[in-house]
Amino acid sequence: MILQHVADGILSGAVVALGAIGLSFTMKMLRFANFSHSELLTWGAYSALVFVAFFSSFGGFLDRTIGPFSFGASLLLAMPCACIATSMVALLLHRFVFERLSRMAGHMTMVFASFGVALTLRHLVVLIWGSDPIYYSRELQFAILLPGNVRVMPDQVFLLGLTVVVVIALHLFMSRSRAGISMRGVAENPDLARASGVNVDRIVTWVWVIGASGAAIGGVLYGMTVQLRPELGFSLILPLFAAAILGGTGSLYGAVLGGLIVGLSENLSVMVIPTTYKPAVPFLLILAILYFRPEGIFGERSR
Amino acid sequence: MIGLVSYIVFFLILSLIFGVAVLGLNLQWGFTGLFNAGVAGFTAIGAYTMAILTGPARDAVFGGFELPFVVGLIGAMAASGMGAAIVGLATSSLRHEYLAVATFGIAVTIQLVCLNWEYLTGGTLGLIGIPNPSKAWADGPLAQNALYLLMVLVSVGLTFAALERIVKSPWGRMLKAIREDDVAAASLGKSPERVRLEAFVLGCMIMGLSGALYVSFIGYVSPWDFLPILTFQIWTMLIVGGSANNRGALLGALIVWGVWTMSGFIISRVVPSEIQAQGGAMQAVLIGLILVVTLLIRPRGLIGEELHVSRHAGP
Repeated sequence: MILQHVADGILSGAVVALGAIGLSFTMKMLRFANFSHSELLTWGAYSALVFVAFFSSFGGFLDRTIGPFSFGASLLLAMPCACIATSMVALLLHRFVFERLSRMAGHMTMVFASFGVALTLRHLVVLIWGSDPIYYSRELQFAILLPGNVRVMPDQVFLLGLTVVVVIALHLFMSRSRAGISMRGVAENPDLARASGVNVDRIVTWVWVIGASGAAIGGVLYGMTVQLRPELGFSLILPLFAAAILGGTGSLYGAVLGGLIVGLSENLSVMVIPTTYKPAVPFLLILAILYFRPEGIFGERSR
Repeated sequence: MIGLVSYIVFFLILSLIFGVAVLGLNLQWGFTGLFNAGVAGFTAIGAYTMAILTGPARDAVFGGFELPFVVGLIGAMAASGMGAAIVGLATSSLRHEYLAVATFGIAVTIQLVCLNWEYLTGGTLGLIGIPNPSKAWADGPLAQNALYLLMVLVSVGLTFAALERIVKSPWGRMLKAIREDDVAAASLGKSPERVRLEAFVLGCMIMGLSGALYVSFIGYVSPWDFLPILTFQIWTMLIVGGSANNRGALLGALIVWGVWTMSGFIISRVVPSEIQAQGGAMQAVLIGLILVVTLLIRPRGLIGEELHVSRHAGP
């Protein structure tokens, strides 16, 4: 039983980790807590729905499911499209709201604005797609029985595999590419990075694209393994913040580890507290980490 | 004509009740710079306390003491204040967005407790039959609502007058000093931690009062009234009206609640009935846009803070 909770925890932790990477980067590099980041998961998931319908309409192999999975090539093609669409939403928000506010007002104003943006984005989803739950596919899947009597769905295996691939790709990007190294420089010290000739505006664009793409993939994976609801992202807002703060803002591995800790503690908590109180677990984690180690696990103590 | 008058009375009652909560938030954010993103939670504590203290006795549910209205109001403020003291002590080292994230989580947790602790809160069904004192003293809905409006006006007036006095007092000036520069305030021998906690507790007590006035008027309390969207609405009211100005806080409540009800009315007339369910989403989109647009074009709100220069400041 405990192993099943661990497996579920890792799976939900993977989705949280994908969303938390972007939130963590925005908190560190753009210096504001973006309460609307979780809505990017919702937009990613719903925009993929449009692309899935588009690609499936060609029929043929695009419309057929692959092996044991519930989805076909159309969803695999829809994912990068959803990343692009969500990145465009994020960049538009940056261009018309957050960038302007960061120039003329303090970072707290950006936090208020993110309240308004979150409210608008979430309810636009209700207006466009309605409030009933939607599924990418209704195909039946057979659970795989792992040792220790743990059951996982093929889609969940895919979820975990894709998350690992995304994290490795981001690791390579951050450690090998020029943009990734500059990004770490901006996180460390923006003034010094600017003085060393880093184009900070370009790096900010990268932060939004990476954050939005991670959110979109997380949203699609959540929609694939659970369901699509307009509150999909909003219900993840506390887990995302918990993961970003736990890991220490601005750290890729911190966000991933934070996501796993949040997912595991949420799922293991049901053994001690009633399931109905599960949504409060990330909040307790936030309180504990802020009390004992405000800079997070991987963050540096600033003094 | 009577219809319109009753509607205006009804509208004023609700917007002024929101206004009370906005005044509480204004003390915290406007004057002290405390980012409380858990307004809905503290109004919920006040609302449930009012329901438990003044409501009728029920089987298998705690409370139902049938105490007088005013006792309920005082109890609601005390309960919200106690909740705020615990939260304030636990989060005393947090600033800005970290305080926002923590208080947001507190509100989510309070809502979960309201939803699930059936013995105390009645669970998903909530608590019904909360007495409205105006029903005992007046006949007919219009007279009753007018009387309740009077009671709300008295509450708003007292809160407003008290806050105006408080923010002009030495303690109030200390709040602003801490908001602007807590290191400088501390170097003058003030204790920012303690003053912040006091302002947080006082602000949350006012939010509790707002919740209590709300349940007595509506007659029931349910966990669905205290979702995070309530926090966003109250923040929008403060930002639109102008933070650090108590008149602005009340003006913002009237305007934003006015836009909310008017848009709801227009949507119910114009939008075809098969997509009426989406009407609420249109209202929420509108509130979100108002908040963002206000921040972009008039960040200090309609009537923002009045700037004061000390009488003693020399050239």
